[in-house]
Amino acid sequence: MVVVVVAVITITSSGDVMVVDRLVEETTSDGETSLGRGFLQRLSYSLGSCFFAFQDLSLPNGTPVDTSSPASSSSLLNRLQLDDDLDGETRDLFVTVDDPKKHVCTMETYITYRVTTKTTRAEFDLPEYSVRRRYQDFDWLRNKLEESQPTHLIPPLPEKFVMKGVVDRFSEEFVETRRKALDKFLKRIADHPVLSFNEHFNVFLTAKDLNAYKKQGMALLSKMGESVKYVTGGYKLRSRPLEFAAMGEYLDIFALKLGTIDRIAQRIIKEQLEYLVELREYGPVYSTWGGLEVELGEPLEGVSACIGNCCTALEELSEDMTEDFLPVLREYILYSESMKNVLKKRDQVQAEYEAKLEAVALKKEDRPKVPTDVEKCQDRVECFNADLKADMERWQNSKRQDFRQLLMGMADKNIQYYEKCLTAWESIIPLLQDKPETK
Amino acid sequence: MEDCLLKKIEISVSEAEKRTGRNAVNMQETYTAYLIETRAVESQTEGQCSPVDSLWRRYSEFELLRNYLLVTFPHIVVPPLPEKRAEFVWHKLSADNMDPDFVERRRIGLENFLLRVASHPILCQDKIFYSFLTQEGGWKEMVNETGFQLKADSRLKALSATFRVKNPDKRFTELKHYSDELQSVISHLLRVRARVADRLYGVYKVHGNYGRVFSEWSAIEKEMGDGLQSAGHHMDVYSSSIDDILEEEEHYADQLKEYLFYAEALRAVCRKHELMQYDLEMAAQDLTSKKQQCEELATGTVRTFSLKGMTSKLFGQETPEQREAKIKVLEEQIHEGEEQLKSKNLEGRDFVKTAWADIERFKEQKNRDLKEALISYAVMQISMCKKGIQVWTNAKECFSKM
Repeated sequence: MVVVVVAVITITSSGDVMVVDRLVEETTSDGETSLGRGFLQRLSYSLGSCFFAFQDLSLPNGTPVDTSSPASSSSLLNRLQLDDDLDGETRDLFVTVDDPKKHVCTMETYITYRVTTKTTRAEFDLPEYSVRRRYQDFDWLRNKLEESQPTHLIPPLPEKFVMKGVVDRFSEEFVETRRKALDKFLKRIADHPVLSFNEHFNVFLTAKDLNAYKKQGMALLSKMGESVKYVTGGYKLRSRPLEFAAMGEYLDIFALKLGTIDRIAQRIIKEQLEYLVELREYGPVYSTWGGLEVELGEPLEGVSACIGNCCTALEELSEDMTEDFLPVLREYILYSESMKNVLKKRDQVQAEYEAKLEAVALKKEDRPKVPTDVEKCQDRVECFNADLKADMERWQNSKRQDFRQLLMGMADKNIQYYEKCLTAWESIIPLLQDKPETK
Repeated sequence: MEDCLLKKIEISVSEAEKRTGRNAVNMQETYTAYLIETRAVESQTEGQCSPVDSLWRRYSEFELLRNYLLVTFPHIVVPPLPEKRAEFVWHKLSADNMDPDFVERRRIGLENFLLRVASHPILCQDKIFYSFLTQEGGWKEMVNETGFQLKADSRLKALSATFRVKNPDKRFTELKHYSDELQSVISHLLRVRARVADRLYGVYKVHGNYGRVFSEWSAIEKEMGDGLQSAGHHMDVYSSSIDDILEEEEHYADQLKEYLFYAEALRAVCRKHELMQYDLEMAAQDLTSKKQQCEELATGTVRTFSLKGMTSKLFGQETPEQREAKIKVLEEQIHEGEEQLKSKNLEGRDFVKTAWADIERFKEQKNRDLKEALISYAVMQISMCKKGIQVWTNAKECFSKM
């Protein structure tokens, strides 16, 4: 068996070497390697970061860096460029969250979910896994991902804290809503070309005893993760690149509009429930009246039953909106918030670089080479920008699909509600028109 | 349609107009006048169009007409007028009598009233009714000259009769209970319906907010923008559609109200029966006691204790002549009483017969009308559902283009 290790490194003109990324691949027992699609994807991503970094790299004194090489950067990138959009046929990692179960212990009661993984990736020892995880574990995973991949957008988790007494943490509806959100969370990670290869993610999906692993505290931070972790804040940003400024502004308004939509949806549900209360009194009055009448008895009873059916349909509509619509809105508001944080971090990284650069320029030393730590800052900035930009594009795409689905779903539910009511009223017309037999 | 006025003339209440005038205490008041148009039913000849006669009447004159009919035809279930003041309103609807929508619905109600009276086989033949439709001036004086107000039974007397009557016709007792319960259930229904309308209005109107926020959101989106914007427009359409829907439903409420008030008319007929029956029972009781008195005087035996009997025992008997005179008076009274009782009995039986015939007619009419009302209500609901499906389908299509 052969182990293939690919290290993506950058070498500055001063001779400093920096490892950008490290990929490990094992061959199968018969000697063939399985450089799977995922592997290549990840490779291209890393290379891409480097090339972005070098695209307009120049020394502080304006000398352009020589980047020409036989295998020029762009052609190499093109050969490895793979379609970012994963479709069903080419995906090689499938994750599902289902089967919630309640556990009652002396200290506490909690819910676990079954996490099933199916994969052909070589990073996984087995093609299939099935483990049990609770919310804490998901929360742990998210924190680890944020730590280790700070330049990427990490999907949001459903809200952690639920007010006891207001919401029943163990009700079917709450558990189901949470399950869907957790499933979404893992699927988003599984679809991400970088995050899906994260070590912590792997362990989360596969380890029988996650707690043991947690305790080990094995920090497999990438170089990037480590470097960004220790970025000091407090630097003032000179000029934000247009795309990030625009993204920040967009996210502000976006979150605002989502908040408004959330309030409107809640208001509608409230009004619908109040309408339902009145309908529940309305229907039976027809029944009472029917009891007084002879010939009109059946028609009035029919109207009463009809209204009853409409009540049921309305109840279903309100439930669906509460369980399916509102949680997704809130998810995206959380997503926006975490994205803004990542943007802030990026600003800080850039600010630090600019400050250090300025400090160097002020020294006015006639040094042809740039100090290492300034270069490292520059790399950080460029890698961060590249990762973030790519993630932002992916996010915009998923957002569009998610909202398209969400809003079409809302329309669908309303259509179904009206169709149920229509059926009820149409079925009663023949009853009303019926000429009674001569009694 | 039996032989009735509608075969001869067409009647309509075609317009309503605001007027100002001076009332009985010479104060300025605003009221609404309604135009009643009548036209002879068209003859078969081609091209001939009979002229339209018209006159203006206000609501109080309609009330006067109805009161006259109630007194003159106590055995008939007299069609009711549309409500005097707007009741069972949901919040958006004005409770103001001058509100144009209220005036319009009242115009329809008044026309309906006239058509009902005109199609009633007995009521339509009344001269006062005919003059109401055709004679502009002097009608009020004509009605008052009939002296119908004097014939009206006192409320107190009627109430007393209700409590004290011993043997009313069982059918009328049942009918009385039915009309009480009908009133109760229709009132309840109208109250809840108004609340339902209120809530439904709220649901639709909040959706209008989606229109605005989708529009604002679309401004920051690239590909999603158009879809959101046009979907927002559909939300606006949805939100504003409720106004027409609920306005139509008011017609249904009006149909229910008519029968709510009809229940009162039914009650009035039952009350009349109780009054007549009570009258009859009192007359019979009176006759019996007089007969008894007569017997006692004739035979000298005192069956029942009477003060007169006691005083005559204490202060001396009457002379035979006195007694003879008394007996003679009593015998006359008894004879009169027997005649009266016979005619009252006849009257009573007659009343029961004619009233019950009209009640049967009324029942048929009620079942027909209410079935129609329920069908039209169901049709309204169906239309509302179809509109809802349409709007959301359009919105869905816009969302799909996002």
